[in-house]
Amino acid sequence: MPSALVNVPRTARRGDIIEIKTLMSHIMETGYRHTSAGEAVPRDIITSFACRYNGTEIFRADFFPAIAANPYVSFFTVARDSGKFEFEWIGDNGFSATATAAITVG
Amino acid sequence: MSLRPAIALAALLTALPIFASEIAADQRRSGYTFMAPDTKAIQDDDTANPGMLSVLDGEQLWNSKIGSADKACADCHGDAANSMKGVAARYPAFDKGQARPVNLEQRINLCRANHQQATPLPYESRELLALTAFVARQSRGVAISAGDDPQLAPFVAKGRALFAQRQGQLNLSCANCHDDNWDKKLAGSAITQGHSTGYPIYRLEWQSLGSLQRRLRSCIGGIRAQADDYGAPELVELELYLMSRARGMPLESPAVRP
Repeated sequence: MPSALVNVPRTARRGDIIEIKTLMSHIMETGYRHTSAGEAVPRDIITSFACRYNGTEIFRADFFPAIAANPYVSFFTVARDSGKFEFEWIGDNGFSATATAAITVG
Repeated sequence: MSLRPAIALAALLTALPIFASEIAADQRRSGYTFMAPDTKAIQDDDTANPGMLSVLDGEQLWNSKIGSADKACADCHGDAANSMKGVAARYPAFDKGQARPVNLEQRINLCRANHQQATPLPYESRELLALTAFVARQSRGVAISAGDDPQLAPFVAKGRALFAQRQGQLNLSCANCHDDNWDKKLAGSAITQGHSTGYPIYRLEWQSLGSLQRRLRSCIGGIRAQADDYGAPELVELELYLMSRARGMPLESPAVRP
C-alpha cells in the first residue's frame, strides 16, 4: 500500500467547518517526457480522488497530468456526526489506495 | 544574456577573493528563511510535507527483517525515537574500520552489510532515502554537532579546501556564491548560504526526496565541473565541512526546498 497522510481533526463541535488535508505518494508521470534514449515515458498518474463521510460522498476530484508528484488536496466540510472519513485514490496501471480517519462530533 | 553583462559578470566573479570570508556565526541563516511563505507552509505542516511520506516508508523498513541475518534495524536499535535522536546531527562521523568519515547513507549501508548481511542500497534509491529520512527525522530540532570529533579535523580541512577551490568551466568555488554572495539572486532564485540543515530534502524542482550529495552534484554540474560519483570521499568531506559550518543550527529534516 502506498503511503498516504490524512489530517482530519479528531474532535469537532456539531456544525463546525473543518479542514481536511490529504497527501498521497505518487510519481504523477505526465506521459509527455522522453528518456535520454528517446523513448516515451508512459503516463502514470492518479486519475481520481474521492472522500466519503459516513458513506456519503462529500468530495471528488479528477486529476490530470499537470498535477505535481505526491498530490496534496485540502478541502472543507461541515462536521455533522461522529464517524468515519474514507479516502480513495484511483489511477493508471491499476493504482488504488485507501485511507480512513475517525472524527468525534460533540 | 548579451555580451556586455556577461563580461561584467565574469569580471565581477574573477575579482572575488579566492579565500572568501566565512559567514559570522550570528549571521548564519537556514535556507528555510529564504523561502516564500507558501513553501515554508509546506515544510511547517507534517501532513503537507511530502518528505514525511518517505519517513513513513522508512519507518516500515526500519521494522522489516531483511538479509541472511534476518534482522530488522529495530532488533538492535529498538525505538528510533530514542536510539536515533541526535544521530543525524553528528554525521558524517568517523568510522574506525575505514579510518575516515562516513555519511548517514553510508552508515546505514555499512549496518546492512555487516549486521543484517543484506546487499547495500544504491544511492538515491527510494529505500535508502526513506531510511535516511526516517533516521534524520528523529533529530529534528537537535543542534548540528558534526565535525566535533578531533579525528575528523584533517577531513574537515580537506572539505573546506574543496569548498574554497575554484573549479569547472565557470571557474567558481562554492564560497564564491555561498560565502560571498548569499544575499543576492541567481536567475531569480535566492543563492542562500548553503547550510545543510535539512537533508534529505524534498525539493520541489526534483518532485522527490534527494540527498545532500545529489544537491552537491547538481551544484557542481551548474558550475560546469565534473562531479565526483555518489559516495566519493571528496563529496563526503565536503558534506562534513558543510555540516561543521552549520554547527549549532537546528536540524530540519526532512526539509522542503524550492
